[in-house]
Amino acid sequence: MLPHDPLKRILYIDLSRRSFEVRERPELFDESLGGSGVGIRLLEEECPVNADPLGPENPIIFTVGPLVGLYPLASKTVAMFKSPHTGNLGESHAGGRSAVSIRMAGYGAVVIRGASVMPVYLVIDEDGVRFRDASALWGTRSSYTTGSVLRVREGGSGTRSIMRIGRAGERLVSYACVITETYRHFGRLGLGAVFGSKQLKALVIEGKRTLPVADRRAFRQTYDAIYKAAVDSPLMQKYHELGTPINVLPLDAIGALPTRNLQSGRFEGAEAISGESLAANYLGRRVACAHCPVACIHLAALRIPYPNDPYFYKTLMLGYDHEPIFAAGSMLGLDSVPGMLQVMDEIEMQGLDVMSTGVTLAWATEALARGLINEADTDGVTLAFGDAAGYIEAVQRITTQPTDFYRALARGVEHAATIYGGRSFALAFGGNEMPGYHTGPACHVGWSVGARHSHLDNAGYSLDQNALKKGQTLTPEFIGETLLNEERWRQVLTSLVLCLFARGIYDRETVLGALAAAGFAWDAEDLERLGAETLRRKIAFKQREGFDFGALRIPQRIIETPSPGGPFDEAFVREAIECYSNLL
Amino acid sequence: MAKRLSVIDVDRCVGCQMCMFACTRRTGYAGLENACIHVRSAGGIRKGFTVIVCRACSDPPCARVCPTEALTPREGGGVRFKPNLCIGCYNCVEACPFGAALWDETNHKPQICVYCGYCADYCPYDVIKLEEISG
Ligand code: SF4
Repeated sequence: MLPHDPLKRILYIDLSRRSFEVRERPELFDESLGGSGVGIRLLEEECPVNADPLGPENPIIFTVGPLVGLYPLASKTVAMFKSPHTGNLGESHAGGRSAVSIRMAGYGAVVIRGASVMPVYLVIDEDGVRFRDASALWGTRSSYTTGSVLRVREGGSGTRSIMRIGRAGERLVSYACVITETYRHFGRLGLGAVFGSKQLKALVIEGKRTLPVADRRAFRQTYDAIYKAAVDSPLMQKYHELGTPINVLPLDAIGALPTRNLQSGRFEGAEAISGESLAANYLGRRVACAHCPVACIHLAALRIPYPNDPYFYKTLMLGYDHEPIFAAGSMLGLDSVPGMLQVMDEIEMQGLDVMSTGVTLAWATEALARGLINEADTDGVTLAFGDAAGYIEAVQRITTQPTDFYRALARGVEHAATIYGGRSFALAFGGNEMPGYHTGPACHVGWSVGARHSHLDNAGYSLDQNALKKGQTLTPEFIGETLLNEERWRQVLTSLVLCLFARGIYDRETVLGALAAAGFAWDAEDLERLGAETLRRKIAFKQREGFDFGALRIPQRIIETPSPGGPFDEAFVREAIECYSNLL
Repeated sequence: MAKRLSVIDVDRCVGCQMCMFACTRRTGYAGLENACIHVRSAGGIRKGFTVIVCRACSDPPCARVCPTEALTPREGGGVRFKPNLCIGCYNCVEACPFGAALWDETNHKPQICVYCGYCADYCPYDVIKLEEISG
């Protein structure tokens, strides 16, 4: 690391004492770069064994990396914590301006300890932390309000990030999210509830500085090569034009779009909710994360008339992506775009993870139809596939929790199905709800073993799709080994906090060149070591907190509903999981 | 003819801030502080973005209030900035109605556009462009 690089500075904040200190730890970043690599090491240091995820002993750790502020597409912040949703590793990534703001404020990592006795929000800049009273913001109905208030109340417009929770986080829903810059999320695994448990409503982080480089010429050359590769790449083009929803129609065509709680892999409404249809009829604006030329964030403009007031309209601007479309669209049988967008909007206002919410409600819908629960449980709300109004009511109740049933839903589908039955169609892996792919066995193996439960951990879904294209038959050994190798490499990318959409641009050689100009003399072996070690540490943390590969539950529904990858059975999935864990 | 940076179509701006990083890179550094261009949301990202650039006025108010002639009018429009003469009084920042005299907190001096167009080369969506000043 270059001598004047502020990456080595870690900001430690103690919410119980309302104090902070900055410690310089260059060796941590010299060995593990940042992001996942540094994050898991800080989590090992900070999180006691068997910590209560909603107790003051659970830390919140944000990390960025050396390439942030230097190169395009190094745009993610990695959050690490113990997950209140799964009870083990919580790792969630978000873009927006978060990573650039943390780096520009002069930190490589921020560690938040303890819990406040009253609602607070934090304002962070290079001088440290100011603790501000958030009691008036606590309990506001919509998460949007917190954003609007802080935007006006605090400075630094354009060079700051505003992370905040909604009421779902305050009420400790185990899959509440943290929203940043209105349209990006630390979505999965319940960081919002950890914020809520600490009475931490929001965090504003701001900064503007220069960063040193090792060699100005080499830096500019490397920059230009990466920039050119990014703007010329067809992959980037596709994410800019239609965005991630470009996947909806192809997945539906092969029967891999989870529909109505995965009773099917095909959705007759796929055309309506496709990326093509949304772009043609609703796309209002595209926006980018800081320092990313791609601008994959798509905002739909939805004009809603007031039923009894002529000429009164409200216009929603709502972010959409493949996963929200799956979770609030096909999974709930919603083929009306206004209906789907309004369900998403309610989920945003509450501050919930859209994927976990959609999958949980899809299970609840089937449970109601099968008589496992009744309308007293649902507080009179009718849950039926295709009925947006009912889902909007239910989303609000996941936060307010008027009945035992909603209290169960607020802990996710695994927990709810343990109480009410219907586990065979409760679509969670390791306690976390599934993403929007049913491509074949490899995707399901992927999120069973993945170290942070995201479809982007290891690309099981693309293994399935490649095998399908090439007419190959997948074996458990091949799946286990390929997933493991890919996931190790992705630990390197996420230690550098590169957007995983840019993984084709940042190959090993490019990564090493970029690091060299940033003052890190690394070689290919160093990268391999970091990838393997980071994954090993993450899995070790999970196992320390009770995770067991052998005890994973495989929902029967994924076996019963045909996938394009052909029939497979539970034994096949278990064998692939075993191969993966043996190779670790 | 003197040139200036023009905002061609702000509605195409995606808020990527590639231009701000480019302007700082021009000075040999990474990061944002040396940027003479600023992009922020127009009151929340849903409303789009505001791109703040020096519009190279023919009678620049920033130069009029500079007590040390660190800022002087440039022939054809805009200003030249001599940092050595600047005493960091902040008058120029307050005088520019666009907020285009940005402030460098580290050196306590303004960041003034040099009309080079380096930023425009990195704008992926043709929002900004270096143009000749006409009339
Ligand atoms: S580079 Fe262009 S699109 Fe990006 S913020 Fe600057 S003006 Fe807007």
